[in-house]
Amino acid sequence: MENRKAAAAPRPGEKRRSLSGRIARSLMEWEAILLLIFVLVMVVNANLSSHFLDLFNILDTTFNFMEKAIVALPMIFVIICGDIDISVAGIIALASLLMGMASAAGAGTGALVLIGLGAGLAAGFLNGFLITRFGIPSIAVTIGSMSLFRGLAYAALGDRAYTKYPASFAALGQGYVGATIIPLQLVLFLLLALVFGLLLHRTTFGRKVYAVGNNPTTARFSGVPVGSIRLIVFSLSGLMSGLASILLTSRIGSTRPNIASGWELEIITTVLLGGVSMSGGKGNIFGVIIGIFLIGFLKFGMGLINVSGKVMNIVIGFLLIVAIMLPDYVGYLRERLLLRRQQRE
Amino acid sequence: MRQPRPELLKRREFTLLILILLLLLAITLRSPNFFQPGNLYDILNDTAILIMVAIGQMMVMVTGGIDLSVASGIALAGMSVGMLNQYYPQIPIAVIVLISLAIGFVLGSFNGILVALAKIPPIITTLGTMSIYRGFVFVLSKGEWVSAHEMTEAFRELPRGTTAGIANLLLCALLVTAAAAIFLHLSKTGRELYAAGGNRVAAQYVGVNLRRIDYLVFTVSGIIVGLSGLLWVTRYASAQNETASGFELQTVAACVIGGVSSMGGCGTLWGVVLGALFLGIVNNALTVINLSPFYQMAIQGFVILVAIVANTLVDRRNQLAMLRKRAL
Repeated sequence: MENRKAAAAPRPGEKRRSLSGRIARSLMEWEAILLLIFVLVMVVNANLSSHFLDLFNILDTTFNFMEKAIVALPMIFVIICGDIDISVAGIIALASLLMGMASAAGAGTGALVLIGLGAGLAAGFLNGFLITRFGIPSIAVTIGSMSLFRGLAYAALGDRAYTKYPASFAALGQGYVGATIIPLQLVLFLLLALVFGLLLHRTTFGRKVYAVGNNPTTARFSGVPVGSIRLIVFSLSGLMSGLASILLTSRIGSTRPNIASGWELEIITTVLLGGVSMSGGKGNIFGVIIGIFLIGFLKFGMGLINVSGKVMNIVIGFLLIVAIMLPDYVGYLRERLLLRRQQRE
Repeated sequence: MRQPRPELLKRREFTLLILILLLLLAITLRSPNFFQPGNLYDILNDTAILIMVAIGQMMVMVTGGIDLSVASGIALAGMSVGMLNQYYPQIPIAVIVLISLAIGFVLGSFNGILVALAKIPPIITTLGTMSIYRGFVFVLSKGEWVSAHEMTEAFRELPRGTTAGIANLLLCALLVTAAAAIFLHLSKTGRELYAAGGNRVAAQYVGVNLRRIDYLVFTVSGIIVGLSGLLWVTRYASAQNETASGFELQTVAACVIGGVSSMGGCGTLWGVVLGALFLGIVNNALTVINLSPFYQMAIQGFVILVAIVANTLVDRRNQLAMLRKRAL
């Protein structure tokens, strides 16, 4: 895959500025398209079912996708770096397993939260360590570790499940803000989105993440600690997967080895739909936030009109492919247009 | 980019072979029943499908891609032929074999077109089609299974029947392996796969048609997947919605253990066959030494990680040795 990137890389240096300007503009356009699709989904859903545009329903359905949304935030960083993390759902299973074990041994809510976060961070760090220390492509490492992490949950649990969690732990994933109908998870996600947005767009760390994704070699020669950046990004991905595991385990109140299975696909789909490019260096947080709510409400609407989960997967699969094809195709058309103009000059 | 250096690659497969022999020895010491001709034959039979699909996966990976849709493809092709046999039992087996190949061709072509023409990265394409194909299995079957008593006798006996004294299932694996060996080692296109994976830009400059290669490898992988779907459903005498779930990882694992780099450009057929056999032996051993099958996934993940780290370290040592030789 590295080579596919290299094939696209050589571009005249003097065009850089206008090129980045164009990328910025096309991204703005991509967000506009997303927003349009989002509005379309809302309108169609509202017409198909009278239960859709109910404030309580709308807020309550966010419970179904906030955990994925929280993992999607660091996944933006991972993919902008030019990497991928397929093990996130495996990390959720592993963290949930450890919390279940601790809870069975009588741990309190505070300890469970620490264990969940710690397990996630450790798993993410292991991924990052293997990737940066040995220079192995992230896809190979995370395919292996995904199997290892979830496999540990299967090995420990088999067909059993942990279902005993303290009452105060259950409140974490099921709670509302005070006496309102606003879910705690939603508020937590919005806060995290703000933090990750600032980190990506307003700090040198964020700029370095883009630099690594655009061209790791150049970044390295410019003094960017490429290895440390990627290590931090994978650790963040693990940490947020741990947090998602806490919320999910608390919400459904049980740990089974198949918990969150297949989530990696949906999380990566969301990020790519949000306009983050698989070849690295491109994308921003606003597109992904629109993408998160777009997929979330699309599935909610399909559920209201009794579309089965498997059929939803077909829709999501097609959405992923189309989402990748569209911006690339638009970019291709634009490049041809530019070439023709140059030829004329 | 790494160049395939025959003598080094030979060494890697040699290491793997020794590892397999040690594994066989260790399991036999633990339970003497393991090393019986009957059990070894069972292992070969159990691994036949993995070997075939891993060979298709290897061709994709050698060009620098990956095919994550193989397991869903097996389920879809398997469910299709299973239901065909259930509702039209008069269709002869030979026709069903051809239909399974055709279904595989269509599924593989779809991946190939998306990668070669639409230029969508293979991992995204096949992540997408993985859930699309799996979804269609459900749409087709409406959640029902095709179980053994709904299949015809001839259909169920397909993999067990023998031709020239060899089980058909094993025969298929042998044929696929032989065809792949000829294709990869003796045909120009086969060599071009390595060129395309080693350095795409350079390959293009020497006249390799990258589009054709990309389309070809996914289609070949698809055709193998179609046949494997038929063999899977007939061997286990049931077509389910979750057929082969998670199998895509095993095929990638077999390739990675066999020394195929996920960056493309290197990997040999024999390495992949040995990698698949290694996994087959590990899985068989779990039952022989009475470990719960629930351990399978964790062990597999661990083995993949160890294998890729070991591969990287060997590569690095070789590169260092090469540099040192050049410095002298």
